[in-house]
Amino acid sequence: MSDRHGFWHKVWHLYVDGFRSMTVGRTLWLIIAIKLIVFFAIIKVLFFPDFLATRCDNDQAKADYVRHELLDGHDR
Amino acid sequence: MITMVDWARAQFALTAIYHWLFVPLTLGLGVIIAIMETIYYRTRDERWLATTKFWMTLFGVNFAIGVATGIILEFEFGTNWSNYSWFVGDIFGAPLAVEGILAFFMESTFIAVMFFGWKKVSPRFHLLSTWLTALGASLSALWILVANAWMQYPTGCEFNAATMRNEMTDFWAVALSPMAVTKVLHTVTSAWALGAAFVIGVSAWLLLKGRNVEHAWRSIKVGAWFGLVGIIVTSITGDTSAVTVTKYQPMKLAAMEGLYRGSTGQSIVAFGIMNPDKEVDNDEDPFLFDISLPYGLSLLAHHDPNAFVAGINDIIDGRSIDSNGDTVNNVSYAERIERGKAVRAMIARHNEATQAGDSALVDSLSRAINADFKYFGYGYLDKPEDAVPNVPLTFYTFHIMVTIGGYLVLFMALWVLLTWKPRLLSERGPLLKRLWYLLAIITVPLTYICSAAGWIVAEVGRQPWTIQDLMPNHVAVSDLSASYVQTTFWIFAVVFTALLIADVGIIMSQISRKSLTDLEKSND
Repeated sequence: MSDRHGFWHKVWHLYVDGFRSMTVGRTLWLIIAIKLIVFFAIIKVLFFPDFLATRCDNDQAKADYVRHELLDGHDR
Repeated sequence: MITMVDWARAQFALTAIYHWLFVPLTLGLGVIIAIMETIYYRTRDERWLATTKFWMTLFGVNFAIGVATGIILEFEFGTNWSNYSWFVGDIFGAPLAVEGILAFFMESTFIAVMFFGWKKVSPRFHLLSTWLTALGASLSALWILVANAWMQYPTGCEFNAATMRNEMTDFWAVALSPMAVTKVLHTVTSAWALGAAFVIGVSAWLLLKGRNVEHAWRSIKVGAWFGLVGIIVTSITGDTSAVTVTKYQPMKLAAMEGLYRGSTGQSIVAFGIMNPDKEVDNDEDPFLFDISLPYGLSLLAHHDPNAFVAGINDIIDGRSIDSNGDTVNNVSYAERIERGKAVRAMIARHNEATQAGDSALVDSLSRAINADFKYFGYGYLDKPEDAVPNVPLTFYTFHIMVTIGGYLVLFMALWVLLTWKPRLLSERGPLLKRLWYLLAIITVPLTYICSAAGWIVAEVGRQPWTIQDLMPNHVAVSDLSASYVQTTFWIFAVVFTALLIADVGIIMSQISRKSLTDLEKSND
C-alpha cells in the first residue's frame, strides 16, 4: 500500500515540479489550453454537431436516412 | 459555382495539410532525439546531453502546437461527411480507436517523463521513455495511415444492405493490406527524412552564424545518417508503392504520368509540361514538351521493361495487353457504371423485401449485391470520364515529390560524406561554405513541399473517390449548405494559420535564444 502511495506521490511531484520549472513550456501550455477551448468548446459545439444524430434517434433511423441519401438524395 | 462538396473537400485538404506540417517533424525529430540520448547514455558525455535537450525543446514546441490538430478531421467526418461516416464507420473506427487508446496515451504518458523526468527517474528509464514517446508517435501515425490505406484499397469487409454499412470481416486484412504496409513505411520514413532535414537546416544556420559549431556538427552527424537511411527507405518504399498503385489504383498511376494511351515498354516522363487543351475525349498530345526515359514506366510499375502500362483511355475502355502481347478486354468503365446502378437498384429491392419479410429474396439479393459491390460507386457517375482525377495536378505534384526526393538522397549523402571528411568543406572558400549552409536551410521548406506533394498525389490522384470505387465525394457528403461549410473553412484557415505562425515563431525564437548559450554543457 505504501509502495503504491509512494508511486503516485512521485508521479504527482513529477508533474508539479515539472510545471514549476518550465520556461517556454508555460507559453506552450497556454497555447494548448486556448487551442483545446477553441476546438472543443467553440468550434465543435457551435459548428460541428454529429449530423446524423441531429436527424435520427437510433441506428435504424440512421440506416434509413443514409439509404435514402444513397439511393435518392445524392445530387449535390 | 463552388458547391458544398468543393468546400468540404477544400476544408479537409486545408486541415489535413496544416496537420501534416506538425506531424512529420514530431515523427522524425522524436527518433533523432532518442538516438542522441542513446549516445549520451552510452558515453555519459555531457555535450550529447546538451545537444539532446536542445532538440528536445524544439520537439516539445512542435508537439504542443500540433497536438489535437488532427481531431478536427474527425469533427469534419461527423458533420460534413456523415454519409461516408455511417457507410464505413465500423471499419474506419477500429484503427482510429486503437490509435486513440494505445498509441496516443502511450505517447502522452511518456512525453511527461521525457520532459520532466531528467532528475526524477533513472537515466535508463528516461531513455526508455524517450524511445517510447517516439514509438508512440509512430504508432499513432500507423493506425491513421491504415485507415487512409483502406480508403484507397477497401478490403477485409462486407457490405450489409440492411444497415447500409460496410462491416469488417478481417481486421488483419485491413491492417496488413499491401496498400497499408507500403503507405505506413513510405510515409513514416519520409518523416524521418524531414526531421533530419530540419536538424541539418537548423545546424547549418548555427554554422552560418558561427554559434555552437561543435554542437551543430554533432547534430548533423546524427541527422545526416538518419536522413540518408530515411530517404533511401522512402525511395525503396516509393518504388513498392508504385507497384501497389499500379495494381489497385491504375487510374492514379496513369494520372501521375499524364498517360492517356499506354503501351508495352512504356517510357516514363522525367520532365514535362502538360498540354492544357488535352481532354480524355480528344486527340491532343498530352504534353507540350517532355523528356522521357524509354521503358521507365514499365519498369517502375511492373519491374518489367516490356510490360504493358495502361493509360487513362485504356482503363476507361477496359483494354490491356497480357505478357504474350495479346489484347485483353477487362470491365470497361461504361459497364462498371451500369453494374453500379444495378447494385443500387438491388439495394432498394433488398429494403422492400426486408419490409415484406421475404427472407429468401433478401438472402439472394444480399449475395448478388456483394458479388458486384466493387462497382457500387460507379453507379453514381454520369459518364466514364467522371472517374478521371485532375491529371495536371497529379502529374506535377508527383514530379515535384520525386524531384525533391531525388535531391534529398544526394543532399543527405553529401552531408554524410562531410561528417566523415569535413576537410572537403573546410578547404573550400567562405563563399562556397556559405552557399552550402544556405542550401541546407532552404532544404527544410523544400522537404515540407515534398511531403505535402506526396499527400496531394495520394489524395487527388484517387479522385473522384472518397472510398476507392465504392463512394464518390458527392455521395459521401452531408446535406448541408455550401455557405455553412464555407464559414467553418475560413474559421479553420484563421485558427490553423495562427497556430502555424506560433509554431514557427516560437521555434525560431528558441533556436535563436539557445544558440547564444553554451551548448557544450548541460545547463541543468
